[in-house]
Amino acid sequence: MRDVAIVGGTMLKFGRYPDKDVVRLAADAAIGALKDAGCTINDVEMVASGNLYQSNAMIGQRIMKEIGATGVPVVNVTNACATGSTAFREAYLAVASGMYDVAMAIGSEQMGKMGLLGAEGANRDYSTEGVMGTGLMPGVFGQAGVEHMRKYGTKMEHFAKVSVKNHKHSVHNPYAQYQVEVSLEDVMNARMIAWPNTLYMCCPTGDGAAAAVLMSAEKAKQYTAKPVWVAASALTSDPWQERNPIMFDVNTVTRTAAKQAYEQAGIGPEDLSQVELHDCFATAELIHYENLGLCGDGEAGEFIGRGDPYIGGRIPVNASGGLLSKGHPLGATGVANIVEIVWHLRGQAGGRQVENSKVGLAHVIGLGSACTIHIIKK
Amino acid sequence: MTQEAAAEPKQNPIVPFLRIPDDPNDQPYLWGTKCKACGAVFLGERVACGKCGDTGPFEEVRLSDEGEIYVFSVVHQTVPGLEAPYVAAIIDLPEGVSVRGNVYGLDPANPSPEWFGKKVKMYTEKVRTDREGNDVIAAKFRVLN
Repeated sequence: MRDVAIVGGTMLKFGRYPDKDVVRLAADAAIGALKDAGCTINDVEMVASGNLYQSNAMIGQRIMKEIGATGVPVVNVTNACATGSTAFREAYLAVASGMYDVAMAIGSEQMGKMGLLGAEGANRDYSTEGVMGTGLMPGVFGQAGVEHMRKYGTKMEHFAKVSVKNHKHSVHNPYAQYQVEVSLEDVMNARMIAWPNTLYMCCPTGDGAAAAVLMSAEKAKQYTAKPVWVAASALTSDPWQERNPIMFDVNTVTRTAAKQAYEQAGIGPEDLSQVELHDCFATAELIHYENLGLCGDGEAGEFIGRGDPYIGGRIPVNASGGLLSKGHPLGATGVANIVEIVWHLRGQAGGRQVENSKVGLAHVIGLGSACTIHIIKK
Repeated sequence: MTQEAAAEPKQNPIVPFLRIPDDPNDQPYLWGTKCKACGAVFLGERVACGKCGDTGPFEEVRLSDEGEIYVFSVVHQTVPGLEAPYVAAIIDLPEGVSVRGNVYGLDPANPSPEWFGKKVKMYTEKVRTDREGNDVIAAKFRVLN
């Protein structure tokens, strides 16, 4: 496999764009990434488009019709919340394999105010939601946090502290859907969604797009003197576990991906400058501290309590404000958190810049399940 | 529609792994499939074992109507038409398989670590009528004192 550089990347501010359609959002991000790379659509030899709700309607090709239908291969990718990062990985593999020198990954989604994911299914006569437990994401990730409580005596307050941190970080991220600081009391007393996650501990739905241009080392030299590199790209599905799929297992799928990614990059968690991880709910972030090896098993509560994952702390996590603040337009998320790392490595992250960042990890999980981990370095 | 069907709506289980026996002396029960090769147990039918890939034949297992709470959440925000909050748990059954279930007999306003490991018993209840007029029957759980 060849070395692959990220030469261009951008994202739109996540939020609500009722006046634009999703193709336009994706096109804006794609053109932004091409300009950032200093190339045009005519240089791109392969496109991977990540989108959850429009992949069955050929959104990748529709984007190309907007920005330049050059006839190159386009693949439409869907992999739950890991859709965007799986598209990124397809573009990475296309270049790493030697097949193409320039590939573009685009992630996009338009969700509007669609509310609870999967909720529409509950209108069917034979839906089990609310009569035989829950399959809705807030409850599923509530249970994942409660499992940590059972194992280690973790308290609701520990999870709430994650939300306080991410909202604090978000104040310095103009690309975040919400840029509001909240206190521990605000979080604990907010409307309960699914215990122990209150409103501020759940990511919002919304619209957004992000894109990245990837190149072989040889090609990258023509465009930039300082590319950043994909040091690892791991994708796993969830292996059999005693309670899975009755209870989705977000831990094992992340741990196997982390192990593969650290091996590929030849580094350990102690070598990371920063992490963008999949905090769809505050409970998820806390358990992923351990799944990614940022602290030992059972130590996540102390880890956040000491302030380790704050900007300026031992290992900043979600300097962007995370999905809790930044928003989570499904297909866009995985590309956007890689772009966030790229901006930090380049020193372009403004008020939220992690000082002297050299290597960052981007983690995304899609329930069902899929986990991607990318390690990006200078 | 025959006279008979109109008079007697069918009792349809909400999930395939809930069986409602015709025998009036028997009780509804959850059933699963056990892999003879590796021992893994699954809810309902299998075409192959999800753990080891063995293609059978498999052993059908009648699952206990008593189990214990592994973990839970209390769902407050849900879809229109559903009563909330509800305690949504993962229930471990003694046969080595788990099931999702609503648990009653606990105070949803005061979720507690004391709920871990609590013994629960299954019962069935009609939860709605389907488009064809049949009763939709769900398995629910109540705490054993």
